[in-house]
Amino acid sequence: MSASEQKKKPVRWHIAVFLAPAVLIYTAIMILPLFGTLQLSLFREVDQSQVFVGFDNFRILFGDPRWSESFWNALFNNTWFFIIHMLVQNPLGILFAALLSSPKLRFSVFYRTAIFVPTILSFVIVGFAWKLILSPLWGIAPDMLDAVGLKSLFAPWLGKTEYALTTLSLISVWQFIGIPMMLIYAALLSIPDEVLEAAECDGITGMSQFWKIKLPLVLPSIGIISILTFVGNFNAFDLIYTTQGALAGPDYATDILGTFLYRTFFGFQLQIGDPNMGSTIASVMFLIILAGVSLYLFGIQTRLRRYQF
Amino acid sequence: MKSTSLKGLLLASTLLCSIGYAQAQDAELTIESWRNDDLEIWQSKLIPAFEAKHPGIKVKFTPSAPAEYNAVLNSKLEAGSAGDLITCRPFDASLALYEDGHLAAVTDLEGMKNFSDVAKSGWSTDDGSVQFCVPMASVIHGFIYNKDAFDELGLSVPQTEAELFAALDKIKEDGNYVPMAMGTNDQWEAATMGYQNIGPNYWKGEEGRLALIKGDQKLTDDVWVQPYETLAKWKDYLGDGFEAQTYPDSQNMFTLGRAAIYPAGSWEISGFNNLADFKMGAFPPPVRNAGDDCYISDHTDIAIGMNPKTANPEAAKAFLNWVGSEEFATLYANSLPGFFSLSNHDVKMDDALAQEFVSWRGKCNSTIRSTYQILSRGTPNLENETWNASANVIRGTEAPQDAAKRLQDGLASWYENHK
Repeated sequence: MSASEQKKKPVRWHIAVFLAPAVLIYTAIMILPLFGTLQLSLFREVDQSQVFVGFDNFRILFGDPRWSESFWNALFNNTWFFIIHMLVQNPLGILFAALLSSPKLRFSVFYRTAIFVPTILSFVIVGFAWKLILSPLWGIAPDMLDAVGLKSLFAPWLGKTEYALTTLSLISVWQFIGIPMMLIYAALLSIPDEVLEAAECDGITGMSQFWKIKLPLVLPSIGIISILTFVGNFNAFDLIYTTQGALAGPDYATDILGTFLYRTFFGFQLQIGDPNMGSTIASVMFLIILAGVSLYLFGIQTRLRRYQF
Repeated sequence: MKSTSLKGLLLASTLLCSIGYAQAQDAELTIESWRNDDLEIWQSKLIPAFEAKHPGIKVKFTPSAPAEYNAVLNSKLEAGSAGDLITCRPFDASLALYEDGHLAAVTDLEGMKNFSDVAKSGWSTDDGSVQFCVPMASVIHGFIYNKDAFDELGLSVPQTEAELFAALDKIKEDGNYVPMAMGTNDQWEAATMGYQNIGPNYWKGEEGRLALIKGDQKLTDDVWVQPYETLAKWKDYLGDGFEAQTYPDSQNMFTLGRAAIYPAGSWEISGFNNLADFKMGAFPPPVRNAGDDCYISDHTDIAIGMNPKTANPEAAKAFLNWVGSEEFATLYANSLPGFFSLSNHDVKMDDALAQEFVSWRGKCNSTIRSTYQILSRGTPNLENETWNASANVIRGTEAPQDAAKRLQDGLASWYENHK
């Protein structure tokens, strides 16, 4: 369409009309609360009224030895939670997707469904089921290990400071592995047959076809999955809360930013909630996630090579 | 024409509305509570008894989960959607609600005359001049044991700490029963049924508790550290994998007859009576040396107050007065054996186990949990830290002295009397 053809562009109202519901709803339930939280973190309650204190809450969070110890512990645990997901969930997801997309595999629909089903379960069910499976009293894990003569390997994993977080991370991996699998699977299916046939003509088959042709083509999907994992993990809360409670035992070994925020904001048992410090933690979580996402968007995604067919 | 019919319609609708309103003149009261275990008892016994005496008042009992209650209640109160009657946790949690204007003063209520000052202490301002909740019940700590197992092994009820450990050794040696049913997964049992259960015998109940509040004693003093040293010895008598054993796990373990001794609070009685098919007995925390005075934790646990924003203040007051009556005290203590009335009425109880618990009030000195009054006002919160420390000590991951020092440092960081 050239400019000479159309002198006066009509106002395209329909764009605004179609965008309005999403913009309004998103603003009301996401953007306003976000700014509300940021604002709350700059205040403190003194004698039952909110007083502006600038960044003093942040100074306490990072400067006070008790607050900062809890914060760094939660951040470290959260990072470990994320590392386990990146090392286990995503490679396994890619592996499952690659296996599923192989035309020789039988019962692939069954496997696909079975692996994806935990994703749609509630955290409460997953947490409770795994707690029972791993229970030293009634669980089937000790019995199953006993049956193969490896009872000595069993430990009350969820109750030991050194294992609890890794165990919970793996439970979370079990639950969510369906997401990367499905995304990669979809990406693998969208690779045109011509490309693969051309590769076969050049003698690239089997494993080397996967490494040299398929993997580079699904890299953008892997990038998206990584960032989804990052955001999901640093917002995680439910699984830890349902299995270990708000105190994130044993000895805060499974305390992540989400549970730390919950405990601070809403209070726990005799501890009365502190919405201002809670918002401070929430704001720091927001900044961490924002930084991670920005790093990905500007640092990595722009450099990913895309292929068009 | 059109406008008159519209007016007629509007008029009719207002009339209909007002008729609907007139019919709904029954005052409705909603009770906020964390006792979701008691839902059935409230619905089938307590509420019908009240409604029979007060026609025109309808009561709804709407509990939430115990661990979430404080958070849920605070949010509801802030949002103005909380019920008319509010079940009160003892001490600071409720005091804070009163100070924020979320609980009305009940000092002048007729029903309050039936309670002693000690009973009211959990829900009074620091100077004791204003009460904001009507006391309902206290809970007593001790140990419940499997009588059949004790008979089978020829054990007698331990009076001293040495006898308790001797009994535990014997049960362990026999191997048929897990000596003690407790886990550290949920943390609070370690503190509540462990530390606060055996502790009063060390710090001499009220004497030590008040000295700690005044700042005359410190958590690093022997009487506060030694209970941790005793707790550390419990580790060897707990079940395999106790680190991941939850509170319901422990309850099941005991009621299924797999364990011999259960460090308990009296609130377990009604549940255990329903589940256990063996005879049960109870003993107070054993004293350290034969002949010592005994101390028990008789903790003012539960009360009920009024939301000042209630639409039916008169109905709410009628309910609170009824909570102070002898009828309520008898009904409550007997429907929920293990929750002992705090009122001055002479309440008859039928349950043998409950009678055993309450009989200790006669021979031992009563105190309340050491961390509840004043000491859990700051950050870090002493009660929550005590959960963590007790669980660590039982798991053996923190030495008693280190745990005590950590708690003392935390307390001293905000509490004037300890600075």
